Amino acid sequence: MAKHRHLEDIKNSNLSYIETARDTRPEIPAASEEMEQQEFKIISTHTPRVDGHKIVTGKAPYTHDLKLRDMLHGKILRSPHPKAEIVSIDLSQAESLPGVKAAIELGVKKVSYLGDRVAAVAAADEQTAENALKLIKVEYNPLPYAVTEEKSKEEGSPQVHEKRKNIHKFNDQKRGDVETGFAEADVTAEHTYRTPVEIHHPAETHASIAKWDGDRLTVWDSTQGVHSVRDGLAQALNIPISKVKVIKHYMGGGFGSKLFVSEHTVAAALLAKQAKQPVKIVLTRRENALCVGNRPSSLQTYKGGVKKDGTLTALSLINYTSGGIEQGDRCAEPIWDVYKCANVSVKEYSVYTNTGPQRPARAPGHVQGTFGFEGFLDELANQIDMDPLELRRKNYTLKNQGDTGIPYSSKGLEKCYELGAENIGWHRRNKKPGDGTGTVRHGLGMASQIWWGGGVPGTLADVRIYPDGSVDVISGTQDIGCGTRTFMAMITAETLGLEPQDITVKIGNTDYPWAILSGGSLTVPSVAPAVRRAALEAANHLKEMATGLLKVPASDIILSDKKLMSKSNPEKTIDFTKIARNLRRETVFHGERLGLPQGYAYNSFGAHFVEVEVNTKTGQIRVIKVVAAHESGRIMNKQTAESQVIGGITQGISTALFEQRILDEATGTLVNPNMRDYKIATAMDMPEIIPLFVDMVDPRINILGTKGLGEPPRIPIAAAIANAVFNAVGVHVREIPMTPDKVLNALRQKEASL
Amino acid sequence: MEKTEHKKVNPVSRRDFIKGFGGGAVGAAIAPKLLAQEVNSIQTKRGEIPVYSRKQITLSVNDQKHTLLVESRETLLDVLRERLNLTGTKRICNQGECGGCTVLVDNKPIYACLYLAVLADGKKIKTIEGLAEGDKLHPVQQTFIDYDGYQCGFCTPGFIMAATQFLQSNPDPSPGEIQKALSGNICRCGNYVRIHKSVAEAAKKMRGV
Repeated sequence: MAKHRHLEDIKNSNLSYIETARDTRPEIPAASEEMEQQEFKIISTHTPRVDGHKIVTGKAPYTHDLKLRDMLHGKILRSPHPKAEIVSIDLSQAESLPGVKAAIELGVKKVSYLGDRVAAVAAADEQTAENALKLIKVEYNPLPYAVTEEKSKEEGSPQVHEKRKNIHKFNDQKRGDVETGFAEADVTAEHTYRTPVEIHHPAETHASIAKWDGDRLTVWDSTQGVHSVRDGLAQALNIPISKVKVIKHYMGGGFGSKLFVSEHTVAAALLAKQAKQPVKIVLTRRENALCVGNRPSSLQTYKGGVKKDGTLTALSLINYTSGGIEQGDRCAEPIWDVYKCANVSVKEYSVYTNTGPQRPARAPGHVQGTFGFEGFLDELANQIDMDPLELRRKNYTLKNQGDTGIPYSSKGLEKCYELGAENIGWHRRNKKPGDGTGTVRHGLGMASQIWWGGGVPGTLADVRIYPDGSVDVISGTQDIGCGTRTFMAMITAETLGLEPQDITVKIGNTDYPWAILSGGSLTVPSVAPAVRRAALEAANHLKEMATGLLKVPASDIILSDKKLMSKSNPEKTIDFTKIARNLRRETVFHGERLGLPQGYAYNSFGAHFVEVEVNTKTGQIRVIKVVAAHESGRIMNKQTAESQVIGGITQGISTALFEQRILDEATGTLVNPNMRDYKIATAMDMPEIIPLFVDMVDPRINILGTKGLGEPPRIPIAAAIANAVFNAVGVHVREIPMTPDKVLNALRQKEASL
Repeated sequence: MEKTEHKKVNPVSRRDFIKGFGGGAVGAAIAPKLLAQEVNSIQTKRGEIPVYSRKQITLSVNDQKHTLLVESRETLLDVLRERLNLTGTKRICNQGECGGCTVLVDNKPIYACLYLAVLADGKKIKTIEGLAEGDKLHPVQQTFIDYDGYQCGFCTPGFIMAATQFLQSNPDPSPGEIQKALSGNICRCGNYVRIHKSVAEAAKKMRGV
């Protein structure tokens, strides 16, 4: 094989994957059909997962669990230096260790973070591979480095990238004129908010198995996007896409870190090629923390102007964000889009450091931006003695870009406010932040959320009916824990008058019709309409077949209770299996998710209301109750949707109170590369969580009127907790995780200023 | 742990011993038969302690007996997943921080990643694969399905194993007791609230309420 290409060289095409996916067809037809308003029997109900039995019996096959005949185990040698030139690599000793079947250099001349890949080996078992790594001789020429944002920003600090300064402006956007806006304000304020680097830590560490059959490569990958990994691999290996197949059955969490092809997957393919045997690489927990992504930090300074009646006159944001050797996250969406404001300015800078590359982390940028901006809004509200919810209502808008853009196709945020306020008992909040007395103080807070979630046109699905009456629904999408299999079965069953258990769902394979990767709340709004359209095609075909037998026109036939029946004369029925038999052979019906009508903005919305308890002596925060109201169009499966909301909130509590990557500045070492020192919320930290959905159907987004829900519940929770803490004790903790030391410091500063 | 009835047979050099210990599978390829019975010893202040580079053990896993030759460094998790292909038990943190590999050893929940396989010799082990009776799911398994006590499902076997044993010891737990009992397990998707609900409902079912 020719030399492989480095992923950083093709990264740009990867990052724009979602955009390019839109252009897979020369012209995407606009959604032409009317949005369906009818009541459904199965869609939108609480339906248990169709694959639950496999999961609870331990039979669901995850990539970690797969074994192939003659399979070798691969390991990657990683740089012990944050930055160094590689002078030489000697693989000979490793190659001669009995049991070692392949050893390769990964072709990097310079390593740019501790953990960067250098070489790889494959051996009969993991222990031998591990031992072989120790026999690889690498001569490094260590170079000066900067692993913290502070150090990187210093004058004369070592350059992380040769061609780019450590501080790099990547976003500069404005509308109106902020200076004019500030002049119109009765009150202005300026505060800085900080969020740390977080690590995804999916339960199943990243893992890939590569197997060649001649020039054809099959990869089993723990991934959120089989097609995205396939395309990335073909590019990296310089082979045609048609020669690569990627399979994913079950995956133990990804949260954005498993969207694209990874270095270890390429390494597995290269090793397998050399060894002429399949190679499996499973990353260790430490590698997972170092090498396969994290959520960028942020240091956001907001300035805002507001009139006494709550009118926002100007908003500005300056953000420094670090994604290690990669660009940081754009955190501007909340300030830019959610509330009416004519004058907004945003400047965002990446701060490069010699640390592992970032990857999208569930709601990239929005999590950080919302913590900063929604917290800042509460501080503004306090300065004009206004109920923070009232401030948000005052600046409500039905057009995007702060009322300066196009209308939202649908926006149920006002309804979210109503539901949330009622269910948390918003009147119980301290009218003035910090009003309460005693050691343990109660407080209420809230925050709003915006996300995309319109889905990706061009996503495909097939419904296949066999002559025995059994039914497949097929798409090259994937279930990453959100219940894709189940909603596909539900929609197909609904449309064909069957039960979800009657449907066999086939997903997670690039041999199936193309679907977008599962991230960015894309799966439901992309796949659900495609499935619905394929199933409708099938239903219409069956109806036509039944007209002769039932002696009624197709328009009079419905599919229900495993039968086709006449609406006007319900006595006239024919069994689904009988009609299927008349197909004589298996028949496939195609469906596609069509385009989004132009002239509208497609966004999902929500608001979280939180009750906390703050111990003013210990600085400990306890979240007591969370009411989460979300508007994501028509919900496909309430059961899994509620779980997704609960999960987003749990992860958000973890963000707000515990999680942070800690680096040793002197050596560049990651100090907490495990699940003990890197604190993650556990059962003991759980409040009561009430997920609520605003039942509305977007009139034009797709045939089912459904939007994405993956990221939304992850977005506002940390800000809502910070605002509740502010309401409880009268100081705003402007940095997460809000650990006891930060709470106590904030309280002390407040005392000192009194 | 088994005591010291093992006789010293086929003594091997210290060098071979270390080789067998560190580069396990390599040793296995070279001389499995020689090493099968092998016992070495080290001298300590308390006297001679037998050290096994490999040992034959018998495990009863889900009521099925397995006799295996294991290396002393191998954990119960290694043996379950790699040797017996019981991959329902997951490796998540691999160092006793997340509870993902919880199995029952003589009816006690343990982290299989921290439990050496040689210690399990002669013991009864139950894994997620052995929980259902034929087609009939254990009540905890059923309520995890009914109340969606999972998302990606990777931590689920660990939670279910921990929960089944907990409900044996405490058939009528309070919500706080459930929370505490399961606090050694991490669910990264964050579905604790529903896991607790599933366990609470299973408790009711098992009590016939």
